[in-house]
Parts: sequence; C-alpha cells; structure tokens
Amino acid sequence: MSTVMTKAINLKLVRNDNERSEPEVQKEVVYDTKGLNLWYGETHALKNINMDIREKEVTAIIGPSGCGKSTYLKTLNRMVELVPIVKTSGQITYKGKNILDKSFRVEDLRTQVGMVFQKANPFPKSIYENIAYGPKIHGIKNKKILDEIVENSLRGAFIWDELKDRLNDNAYGLSGGQQQRLCIARCLAVEPNVILMDEPTSALDPKSTLRIEELVQELKKDYAIVIVTHNMQQAARISDKTAFFLNGEIIEYDKTDHIFNNPADERTGDYISGRFG
Amino acid sequence: MATRYMDAELVGKRMSSRVRKNTGWKGLFFASTLFGLVVLAVLLVRIFTQGIEYINIDFLMNHLSTDASRAGIMGAILGTAWLMVVVIPVTMVIGVGTAIYLELYAKKGKLQSFIATNISNLAGVPSIVYGLLGLTLFVRTLEFGNVILAGGLTLSLLVLPIVIVAAQEALRAVPGNLSEASYGMGATKWQTVRRIILPAALPGILTGAILALSRAIGETAPLTVLGIPALLIPFPEGIFDTFTALPMQIYYWTIDASLVAEYANLAAATIIVLLVLLFLLNSIAILIRNKFQQRY
Repeated sequence: MSTVMTKAINLKLVRNDNERSEPEVQKEVVYDTKGLNLWYGETHALKNINMDIREKEVTAIIGPSGCGKSTYLKTLNRMVELVPIVKTSGQITYKGKNILDKSFRVEDLRTQVGMVFQKANPFPKSIYENIAYGPKIHGIKNKKILDEIVENSLRGAFIWDELKDRLNDNAYGLSGGQQQRLCIARCLAVEPNVILMDEPTSALDPKSTLRIEELVQELKKDYAIVIVTHNMQQAARISDKTAFFLNGEIIEYDKTDHIFNNPADERTGDYISGRFG
Repeated sequence: MATRYMDAELVGKRMSSRVRKNTGWKGLFFASTLFGLVVLAVLLVRIFTQGIEYINIDFLMNHLSTDASRAGIMGAILGTAWLMVVVIPVTMVIGVGTAIYLELYAKKGKLQSFIATNISNLAGVPSIVYGLLGLTLFVRTLEFGNVILAGGLTLSLLVLPIVIVAAQEALRAVPGNLSEASYGMGATKWQTVRRIILPAALPGILTGAILALSRAIGETAPLTVLGIPALLIPFPEGIFDTFTALPMQIYYWTIDASLVAEYANLAAATIIVLLVLLFLLNSIAILIRNKFQQRY
C-alpha cells in the first residue's frame, strides 16, 4: 500500500508547487512514431499519431473504449498484423529503424519488445516450462542456463519466493494475479528492452493490481514500459507520461502530472474527471 | 405484492401441464437413446451366441481352407493389420498437414472456404466411389495391383476428410491468446504451431483419428471394387503383397453361407475378432488422447 500512498502524496505535492520549472535530463528515445495512420478495412482506427516513447519511463495510454489505444500498443510490436485486413501508413522507428518497413523482421522486434496481455495467458505447461519457453525458442538448450533464466525471471517479477517450490506444477493452478506475474516473468525471460502492457490488471482484484503496479515501478528502472489502462488512478499512480487517445487521435500527450492536474485540452479534463468515457 | 399479469390461478392451472410435458420430452429422449442401445445389444448377443464357440487358437492362426472346420483367419487379421500400417501414418500426416495449412496458414477468403466446404462434402461420398478411384489410380494407373498399398491408400483417401475436418475443428478451438503469447516473444509461426497449438489440439485430433480408423477398418465396399479376394493366398509380409482383410472375409463367408451353412458361424466368429481388434485400437488411441489432454 505504501508505494501507492507515497505516489498519491507526491502527486499532491507536485500539484502544489507546479513542477514545470524542474530541470530534467531527457531520456533516450526508444520509439518514435511519426504520422501513423491505421485502417481496419474501411475503419480509420488511428489518425496521424505522433508520439515518442523513452526508455526507463512508464508511458500510460488512456482513453475510452474503441479509441485506438490497444491498437496503437499492438502496432508497436506489430501484433496488430494478426488481423489480416490491417493497413498502415506513416512510420514508427524503434532505435532508429522503421518497424513498419516490410524488411523489418517481426520476430526480431518481438524478441526485443515483450508484451503482457489483458487476460493472463500462461501456456498449459509447468511454471518452469512457461518461463523457459522464450529462451528455448531462441535456441537456448543448456539446462543450467535455463534454470538460471527461470530463477532470475521469477525473481525479477517478485514471484520467485512464492513459486520456487512448485516449478513443475501446471501454471493453470495459480491464482489470477500469480498467473499475470508469471506472464510478466515469462516476458522478462527473453530480456526485452521494452514491455508493452495491455490493461494488465483489468481482470485482477485490488491486491493483485497493487502488486503488479509495484512491479511496474521496479521494472521501469531497466525497461521502457508502455501501459494501456482504463483505470485513471492507475495511470496517475504509476506513469511518467500519459497520452490521451480519443477516436483514434492523440488529444494530448504530456507528463502525467500535467495531464492530470493541468490538462491543455478540455476533452482531456472532461475524460479524467469522469464526465464521459 | 399484487401481480399484474401473472394470475396465480391461471399459472397454477397451466403448471401441471407444463411439468407433464417436461417429463414427456425427457421420456422421448431417453427412448431414442434406448433404441440405439437395444439394437447394439441384440447385434452383440446374436453375433456372440453364434460365433464365440468357433473362436479358438486354430481358427485365429490357420490359413483359409475349403473345409469349414479347418478354416482360419490369420491371413485376414494380418491383412487388416497391414492396412492400418498404411492408413494410420498416411491419414495422420496428410490429414493433419492439410488442416494446419487451411486453418493456420491459408489466407481466409473465398478459396479457403470453398476448399473447406468441399472437404466436408467429400466425407459424404459413398465408399464404393472411393473404391473405383482407388482401382483406377492405384491398381491400374500406378500399376500397384490389388496389394496392401493400393488398399491402404484407397482407405486413406476415404477417411482423410474425417481426419481433416476433426483436426481443423481441434485447431480452431485452441484459444488465440496462447498463440499471441508465443508470437509476442518472437516465436515464428512454425514454432508456435509445433510447441503451442499442436499439443493443445492433439486430443481433438486424436478423437478424429479414432473415428476415421474405426471407419477404415470396417470398410468392405471399396475393397470389393479393388478386387481383393478371400482365397487361399499366402500370409502377407509387406505392403506389396496381395491380401485379404477381415471385412472381406466376413462378406465372402456370409455369401457362401448359402452353400455351406457352417460358413455363417465362421462369419460371426470373424465379426467378433474384428470388433475386438477395433476395440483394442480405439483403446490405444483413447489412452494416448488422455495422456495429452490438458486444460486450457
């Protein structure tokens, strides 16, 4: 609970002394989106998206259902292409290379960009095999190395102590919250640079949600994290920057404190204060 | 609380008739099930009472003979076993391969649904038509002659649609979020198919295989068209040998029963052997299926 409380208090303080003046070191850009448009068949789902995502930051994407926030997230690892009728224009550069370019191999991209889904989706395998899956598909066979990866990944997701004695149990026997943290650990096992999270706590109870949020705070020390959330408080608590999407457009993208305390656009303010959405 | 539309008296009156109807329908459904069970029981009792006393080691191990009392069905048992040696791998590899392509690789569109519909239609084509196809293609054009390979391939064609359709359904039933998780870690399509989708679909695929196998093992019509004899021929030792099979044996003995009455008893005994063999094969398939059955 303490992390949330402190964060909330921080927010309050920030609001009071209006930290616009605070000097800040700009972190390195991981993703740079320029003029991205996306169509599902005839539906124009993303309109002229411009947005950069920096490392060691949590970037939250908020907005009402159907605003395109999940679509944008899935464009960042090209999972959106699993829907065959998708067309895109514009560019998204990841570390300087355009990932929408046909010559960019999706397998490369997805190895460097992990994803955590809305509903925990462990494989119907043992806990160990769930974590070892990623390294194995990338060709690691040495049992010792795999053991090490499994332990480190589970430690990284702060679930090692809970699970270390039942590594051979089926992952389906875990609680919903544990399954989601297992999925985060599974994602860490491939050692990505970026973690995309698509409403990772929307199916979890408050306690499990809190644990995931604390985990996100830890993970951002090493990873760039992009999180789509329906939960405004969550965005306020855990993110450094927030983008507000509406009808496929970015209405506002700024530091989270500004978005929540001092939104530039009226619609952002209306959405955040719960007047619509 | 006063009710506006739900008149207590009327509702009460209708109640007993509704409940009666409910019981009536239940009885009808039970009767339908009973019908099948009774027919099956009659068949089994009839066959067993007639045939069981003719089953002994000699009957199982002997060659055919014109003397009914010395005739054995080892040749037919071996023939059926060899047929399965051809049918099982051919249908599993081609059937599952086709299902994987149609379900996971082919672009969803008119062509794909056209192919899928036609495969379902093929499952309904009479088996004798497959016999004619086998005769033209394998026995004559490819000049195999009426050997085990020709018979096995013909039966494979016959049951392929069943395997394909069942495997497609099993693949479709694998939750999409499992493959998403795999793709999300940088797995290729093949890795995802091989390590996630196929294991999850395996129980369903094996269920289809069981059905297909049961059908293939009992088919007679296509084999008659291929000209499979039930004569005094040596035991088959490989897929290029001529052969006879258990259903053929049953067929010929049933016809010949008008000449020598005892053949009818031998046919009954052969049916028991065929049923036992079928039961054994299905048990093995079910065991394999249960071993791989996992929740997801």
